[in-house]
Amino acid sequence: MKIFKHEAEPSSGIWGAAGDQTQKTKQGGGDSDSTTSSDAGGQKKLAKKGEELKEEMDSLIDEIDEVLEENAEEFVKNYVQRGGE
Amino acid sequence: MGSEIEYGITVQGDPDFDPISSCVLLVNAYQDNEDARILWDYEQENPLADARGFHVEGEKYTPNQQENIARNKTLRNGARFYVDHAHPEYSTPEVTNVRDLIAFERAGERTMEAARRAATALLPSGQTVLIHKNNSDRKGNSYGNHENYLIERRTPFREIVEHMTPFLITRNIFCGSGKVGTENRAQPCDYQISQRADFFETEVALDTMVKRPIINTRDEPHADREKYRRFHVIIGDSNLCEVSTYLRFGVTAIVLGLIEDGAIPKSLSVNDPVKVVKEVSHDLACKRQFAMERGGRMTAVEIQKEFLENALRYFSSRSLDPITKDILVRWERMLAQIAEDPLQLDREVDWVIKHKLIKSYMQRHKVDWHHPQVHMLDLQYHDVRPDKGLYNLLERRGEVDRIVESEEIERAVKTPPSDTRAYFRGECIRRYPDEVFGVNWDSISFNVGDEPIKRILMNEPLKGTRAHVEELLESSPTAQILVRNLTAS
Repeated sequence: MKIFKHEAEPSSGIWGAAGDQTQKTKQGGGDSDSTTSSDAGGQKKLAKKGEELKEEMDSLIDEIDEVLEENAEEFVKNYVQRGGE
Repeated sequence: MGSEIEYGITVQGDPDFDPISSCVLLVNAYQDNEDARILWDYEQENPLADARGFHVEGEKYTPNQQENIARNKTLRNGARFYVDHAHPEYSTPEVTNVRDLIAFERAGERTMEAARRAATALLPSGQTVLIHKNNSDRKGNSYGNHENYLIERRTPFREIVEHMTPFLITRNIFCGSGKVGTENRAQPCDYQISQRADFFETEVALDTMVKRPIINTRDEPHADREKYRRFHVIIGDSNLCEVSTYLRFGVTAIVLGLIEDGAIPKSLSVNDPVKVVKEVSHDLACKRQFAMERGGRMTAVEIQKEFLENALRYFSSRSLDPITKDILVRWERMLAQIAEDPLQLDREVDWVIKHKLIKSYMQRHKVDWHHPQVHMLDLQYHDVRPDKGLYNLLERRGEVDRIVESEEIERAVKTPPSDTRAYFRGECIRRYPDEVFGVNWDSISFNVGDEPIKRILMNEPLKGTRAHVEELLESSPTAQILVRNLTAS
């Protein structure tokens, strides 16, 4: 059978980049980082944290814009599968 | 336990895309063990036996030899990678715990990706095979994620139906994979918790492809029928996030254990479960109450909490292994968080992770739920490519929690689990690729010289482990000697 003859697949080095961010689980009812603190230091810290989160989110969306399939409308329309199982 | 996952497949740039031939190309492009040309042994199968005690009339599928080899690959790690109808499917080898389950299921994602690249290299330039670990095309077609749990035969099936129904229709709050919109004539919504809820139309049945049931009755244990059942769950979503898979399998196994030991004193049956499974999926706040058969109303979280309380009571007088303990702790914490605000679980639960991603994107680009780019995000979250898949992107950025190390996944691609019969299967394929003739979950047959085919039965999933057979394999340099050693003992 011809189908069995082909080049070896490229090495899978790219998975290495996926990294090992085995994360510590976020504990308890969300981030309680001084949301009730009324002192100025706490407020400042909170604002800084908010800014950091926004920056992180912006960089994530930038990265998504880079990899998101072009012609989304066409792609989604043509994505048809048969029922399975 | 083990999982069977059908993936979505398409070929970008091919106007004449044919899913079946693309699946055959995919499965054959994958290089696992070059010499092996192994049949899947259909004689050992019986998908028409029903757990309620009868046999359904119908034709068993048995392909000819060449077609069989072209559609089935049994891998060195004991998994099966094959063409199921119009989808590529990966069934993990049998494992004894949820951590291994995740490692082997994710090994399946890597196998799909390696096969995808190899298959793409064989296509004309400009065509790319794409694979998605999802369960719907958002146009009314669904494909499965099946979970398998080995349980004792003596447990009455009606007790499984009674307790598993309310459990299965509410568990998606912590393990749904999320979907934009609805299909299959369901009530419209912007976003829902489950990929699959729209497709469940009956409570109990043997079917998996039409009129899908909450409880599937396929009674094919792939093991000693007198002792075991294989409980076949078809209602789950394919998860990308490891924590979601961990909870889905971990908690389900715990609840099955409670049922086996009669440790659920009060039934949690709800009225009209087929309707409830969809209502749970549409209720992103997880606050909706459902009418109970015993009277009163409960939310999905409250139903899950009662299962949890039964489990905590059950385990209070028993010793706990570390994984079960960890599952119980997480289940309790996550239910408390869902009761408070489910959107907190944005590192652990797929439907929440994807929801947050899409909401942030919509905010930044000022688009709504009906925009094609939002539908693209919904689909591309499930893309198995490490560079393009959006879940993989989040993982690389460290924005989701994980359970296993990447090395464990890499090892699982090539090596079978050591503590089930998958060890014997995988090792035989690695050691004797030319002599293994056919494989099924509970058998392996050898073609040695001029002798008739020798089929070795493996009725006990927990035999054939490294501890049982490593010495035997070491002292059998050829399959002929292995068969002789086995038949002599």
